[in-house]
Amino acid sequence: MSSNQSSDSVPTREVARRVFAREFNDASYTFKESDDERAPLYLLLPTGERANRVLVVGTLTETEDVGDESEYWRGRIVDPTGTFFVYAGQYQPEAANTLRDLETPAYVSIVGKPRTYETDDGTVNVSLRPESITAVDAGTRDRWVAETAQQTLERIQHLDDEGNEYGRMAKEQYDLPPDEYRTTALSALESLDESDSSPDTPTQSTESVSDPQ
Amino acid sequence: MSPIEKQRGGSETMSELRTHAEEIAEQFSDHLEITVDDVESQLENLVTQYKVPANEARRSVINNYLDEAGLDRDEISQSGASEILVNDIDEDEQWVDLTVKLVDLWEPGSDAISQVGLIGDESGTIKFVSFATSELPKLEEGAVYKLGNVVTDEYQGNYSVKLNRTTTITELDEEIEVGDNSASVEGALVDIQSGSGLIKRCPQEECTRVLQNGRCSEHGSVDGEFDLRIKAVLDDGATVHEIIFNRERTEELTGLTLEEAKTMAMDALDTSVVADEIRGDLLGRYYRVTGPTYGRYILANEFEQLGAPADLESILIKARSM
Repeated sequence: MSSNQSSDSVPTREVARRVFAREFNDASYTFKESDDERAPLYLLLPTGERANRVLVVGTLTETEDVGDESEYWRGRIVDPTGTFFVYAGQYQPEAANTLRDLETPAYVSIVGKPRTYETDDGTVNVSLRPESITAVDAGTRDRWVAETAQQTLERIQHLDDEGNEYGRMAKEQYDLPPDEYRTTALSALESLDESDSSPDTPTQSTESVSDPQ
Repeated sequence: MSPIEKQRGGSETMSELRTHAEEIAEQFSDHLEITVDDVESQLENLVTQYKVPANEARRSVINNYLDEAGLDRDEISQSGASEILVNDIDEDEQWVDLTVKLVDLWEPGSDAISQVGLIGDESGTIKFVSFATSELPKLEEGAVYKLGNVVTDEYQGNYSVKLNRTTTITELDEEIEVGDNSASVEGALVDIQSGSGLIKRCPQEECTRVLQNGRCSEHGSVDGEFDLRIKAVLDDGATVHEIIFNRERTEELTGLTLEEAKTMAMDALDTSVVADEIRGDLLGRYYRVTGPTYGRYILANEFEQLGAPADLESILIKARSM
């Protein structure tokens, strides 16, 4: 039982954060937590969390091969708050194949790593380098929206907690009021409520039949 | 706290001291001949005469008794060890009571250890150690005991319990159906690891190791036997869990049988097409998986795919209050 002492050598897998496009695109600050060249790179989320990996589920609305010599596919994935940009080339062959083959619009689920690049005018753009892209159903998309709203609100709730290192870092690096992310998270949840309730809402006639008075 | 104590003490502080005194007397009941009144008068002296806060007074009195009894602080129970199930133990150095069956006794690795083995209740099993210096009676395999005042211990994420000098052992005349440390987790399936899909296992008796390039790490080059399995990662946004689906569960989850997988691989002259097919079917979806834990893995016994959230109304109510 005690012979297994190698658990320290098993690298811990980076968790996939849930973040809406609005907040993801507002992020710009990246950092490492050790000097090791292969140490994981983190994107600092404005609600005070580090993200080396994210899970995104949304509507793939457009795909385009923007490569010169070799294929380099760009996809636009829309969630209730904005648009994620995902890029896949020869080093992400499966993701590139999926982007080439999928008919838009389609619900997709993407596991990927945040990447930042600075444009000529100095603004920082954030995109997603996919590890996997799969077509999914509406239920999976709705679940992600609800989960992402909940986790965003939880991050905001704990932003000012003592000992919340990334909360402190977010306040130093960004001048972004968390209230905006709270509002967008709530309206994302409310949008689910509207779209979900419509097919289930009883019609006038069934209501009057079931009402004994 | 009874009203009589309040009257007698004359104030809230006095009844509070009485409670402390009762707890302290209880902690030392096996070691010292002290009464609640003895303890209370010591506490009262510190609090009223020397203006020491009640908590400090308590600490001081406990330390005096520890000296007197020749005990270390961790040899007496912290106030109220609680009855707990072994699979719920998730903290180091907690004082707990367990009702368990002795499942297995192992060979002690040193003379300092009197007994070592596995105890279990309906929630699962956990390692226990009893030290020679504690001079406790020996436990017997298959018997059921109530163990009072054992301490939890953690080593690299694995928990065990230590019996100690203050542990009470009561043999019970009852049977326990020992559980299998079952865990239930949900999350998005974010990765399918290498070694998934159509694999080959070593055919040697009782080996079943997965072959790497046709080689078994124990038996060298062998003619392997095909099998189907998935090693997947479930991620809930805060933690990750590694899940293993065996052949039956993989067939159930993917709708792909071992025979079909073999045909696919033969047509493509490549076994990796099977894992690729499975990736497309499973990645990025949400699942709930239940099964026994085995090291860092959960073996999937039951699973279900999760769709749109069912209780949107309560999610909304909670979200608006945040």
